[in-house]
Amino acid sequence: MPPTLLKKRLRRKHHRQHARRLRHARRHRPRHQDEQVFVIEPPAQPPKPKPKPKPPPKLPPPPDTTHRNAERLLWRAGFGPRPGDVDHVVSVGIDAAVHEFVYPTGTANLIGPEPRDEDGNALAPEDAWGHDHLWWLDRMVRSDQPLAERMTLIFHDWFATSNDKVGSQRMMLDQNATIRANALGSFKDLLTALTQDPAMLVWLDGIENRAGDVNENYGREVMELFTLGADRGAYTEQDVRELARALSGFDADWVDGSGWQNFRYVPRRHDSGSKTVFGQTGNFDWQDALRLLLENLYHASFFVTKLWGYFIPTPPDGATQAALQKLYVDSGYGIAPVVEAILKHPDLYADRALVKPPVVFNAGLLRMLGRGIDTSAWSWLGDMAGQHLFLPPNVSGWDDSTWLDTSTWRGRSMMVTYALEPKHVDPWNGPDYDPAEDAVTAVSRALVFTGGPTLSTETRNTLASFAGSCLPGAMASWQQSPYRAMRQNALRHLILTSSDWQAS
Amino acid sequence: MRNAAAEAGRGLPSVEPGMPTPAGTGLSRRSFLERSAGMALAVYGANRLGLGALREGVAAAASGAPQRVLVSIFLPGGCDGMSVLAPVGDTRYAQLRPTLAIPPSTGTPFAPDARLRWSDPAGGLSTLHGEGKVTVFPAIGYDHPDQSHFTSRHFWEVGATDAHARYGWLGRYLDAAGADDNPLQGLSLDSDLSPALAPARVPVAAVERPEDFDFWVPGVDDPVKEPMLEAFGDLGRLATSDPVKAGARKVATEVDTVRRQLAPFATPDGNPSYNSPVTYPDSDFARRLAALGAMLAAGLPLHCVTINSDGGFDTHSGQADSLPGDVKGTCDAVLTFQRDLEARGLADRVLVVLWSEFGRRPENGSGTDHGAAGTAFVIGAKSSGQMIGEFPGLATLDDDDNLRATSDFRAMYCSLLEQWLGFDSAAVIPGASSFDRPTLVKS
Repeated sequence: MPPTLLKKRLRRKHHRQHARRLRHARRHRPRHQDEQVFVIEPPAQPPKPKPKPKPPPKLPPPPDTTHRNAERLLWRAGFGPRPGDVDHVVSVGIDAAVHEFVYPTGTANLIGPEPRDEDGNALAPEDAWGHDHLWWLDRMVRSDQPLAERMTLIFHDWFATSNDKVGSQRMMLDQNATIRANALGSFKDLLTALTQDPAMLVWLDGIENRAGDVNENYGREVMELFTLGADRGAYTEQDVRELARALSGFDADWVDGSGWQNFRYVPRRHDSGSKTVFGQTGNFDWQDALRLLLENLYHASFFVTKLWGYFIPTPPDGATQAALQKLYVDSGYGIAPVVEAILKHPDLYADRALVKPPVVFNAGLLRMLGRGIDTSAWSWLGDMAGQHLFLPPNVSGWDDSTWLDTSTWRGRSMMVTYALEPKHVDPWNGPDYDPAEDAVTAVSRALVFTGGPTLSTETRNTLASFAGSCLPGAMASWQQSPYRAMRQNALRHLILTSSDWQAS
Repeated sequence: MRNAAAEAGRGLPSVEPGMPTPAGTGLSRRSFLERSAGMALAVYGANRLGLGALREGVAAAASGAPQRVLVSIFLPGGCDGMSVLAPVGDTRYAQLRPTLAIPPSTGTPFAPDARLRWSDPAGGLSTLHGEGKVTVFPAIGYDHPDQSHFTSRHFWEVGATDAHARYGWLGRYLDAAGADDNPLQGLSLDSDLSPALAPARVPVAAVERPEDFDFWVPGVDDPVKEPMLEAFGDLGRLATSDPVKAGARKVATEVDTVRRQLAPFATPDGNPSYNSPVTYPDSDFARRLAALGAMLAAGLPLHCVTINSDGGFDTHSGQADSLPGDVKGTCDAVLTFQRDLEARGLADRVLVVLWSEFGRRPENGSGTDHGAAGTAFVIGAKSSGQMIGEFPGLATLDDDDNLRATSDFRAMYCSLLEQWLGFDSAAVIPGASSFDRPTLVKS
């Protein structure tokens, strides 16, 4: 069986096991269906009415603009707010907060409990299927330098490399460390490091590219996807072939049982003849090739447009585009100054929402809940929602314009299910839920539970009308508390799957 | 959308005798409706909303005459056509492919052109071709071929050599000819939507497996669960001026509709509630085709369906190790799907188109680089079984040493639209009048 299929099958099996486990739990939850309701005895002790039901407060006013802008920054530059984060950004202001994001001091700290699987075991990110995904998701949840993780995610998408072909989680994690080390540094250093990165050399056949048997894979994609862009007139098919010759010379040894080893540059594998790239002729090698790419007049605009697109859904105006390109070139291909300018730009705070990538959505759920990685479910849930780290669909990365469809929406809903499961209000066991809670209080409590997110007026109103109509008109006294517990669980789920939470 | 579905429900002669029977399924429309109702009740319990909600979903499934179905199967990565139909009789073939050439002693003959042979892994297609059920494009592509996966695939997906087109060719067709309230008219049986189906206007859906489309929310059961599921749709139907949020909300409404439509395909435990009259190979791709056969047999209103084949066809290296298995997996599953349709009496209603974004370079190392013309196949009982365009031979390649195209993918699309879907291709494919109309469908 090809390894891809085997992995898919394992994943499916894993998913099925989890689904079965959940369904088992579901089936064994008491009093589950209407027909049973009528045969099951009411509780021996009817729930005691609360002595003094609180008067129903009004829905709290929606958060103000400062609060909403802080939320916006925390989602776009990181992975959403932890409790207290929004207040911090509000108190220091956007510019100071951006500076903290872009220029953090010292090395990153991971705050909170170490990641574990559902059996309490430490992760094995280099070995166990899906644990690479969990390992990185944990950094997204716990790092006190979230922008470094977000930029690493952006460049994982930009230089999309898939373990589907690389076949080594260790090599993928090494590449991940390389990206992280350069993610806010110089794009030239990043490109140089990734061109000779073992995972990349396997992924785009750099080690298959040698004098006399040129493999164009990296030569093409480095132009089309990494530095210049297709269909802009930046290069010709002839440039692809000539650049591929310049890039030739890398090698590695295949060792049965341990895979690719001993990555190196072998001068005699390099095509040392003369090449003509972008109209310039010379005996170019791979470093010359990268220089030619960065000096190409189409590079700076490609870099700025692509980077901007990760943060803001509408293109920059001409003046902004030009200023950012200048900033980029003048700083010697500096990534941080451009990111800083984008994060401070008014367009980032405009009305237009961005759909959160699935792992950002997932990390944000856990940050909001103050929960660490305590189950391996997040890896196959990432699959269902359309994003499994280290397994982008192809070399152009994930398509940010198509995150949501009926299938991936359901995957996100499952993520919410798994995120809320440990803290859900059990309608039948545990302490009685407030049997007198009115609809408005129910919505207010669900909003507090979900971190007080900014929701649109129409969404808030629809939640309130759901809360007011979802319970039967007449309820027996023993139904008052459990049905309200169900309503509270449903409201939390509806908030976190709403378009306002999925896209902001 | 809710209103539209309710309208359709009112127009439905719900479980009256004498409704047309989906041919060969052994399951009349009436018994399907009854069975659906029974299962959905088992799923949701006899609460005050379950039955009404169910009726909307089934309404859409059962109203109107069954439509023809086009199934688009994509081989991602650029499948090496010369490993499917091997030009063993071309003198340059063995020269250009010292290690990857398929030996002339293997495979089966290809009657329309003695230079070509079906490779062994493509045996499934060879069998169907022998029965006159495969129309073959031995060298399909377009002028000025683009060798980027993404650009070339995009061209095929949008049905135009336009890098900036936003909607898929099937999405545009559905925008023009489809319904406002039926997401299943355009269905990707995949974890996400195929760009070929991307519409500007009408709803479409992506579902990996029909039996999986359930929602479990901890601590939410009857009587709150059904209203909560309805609220997914209510929240989706809210108006907003932000196009991104509007897009997210539209998906929520589609989730709401698809959930109702697919409820009959799962047992309460989330297992498939359907069977196949034939035995499919053991693969994800084959399982999805099996599910498709069952959905068609049940009368769900599918019209344009996309599926990606398993396997990676971007064989720059190690082609001999991976490609034969991937070709065989695809071709065997397609053969089984055809047998499934025949057993269910649905074969006259379904046409499959099998394509890849380009072929691969004739010259090779341990693998092959991106090429130009590739192969495509139109498969089904109603397929004309002809060869469209000739194999151009390896003696004269294009300027980039790639196979020259002798047919255009847009001509194939125009013919599929006109001859199979009965729709004017000029409204869908830019420059439609400039392309041939190869005969793809038996008259």
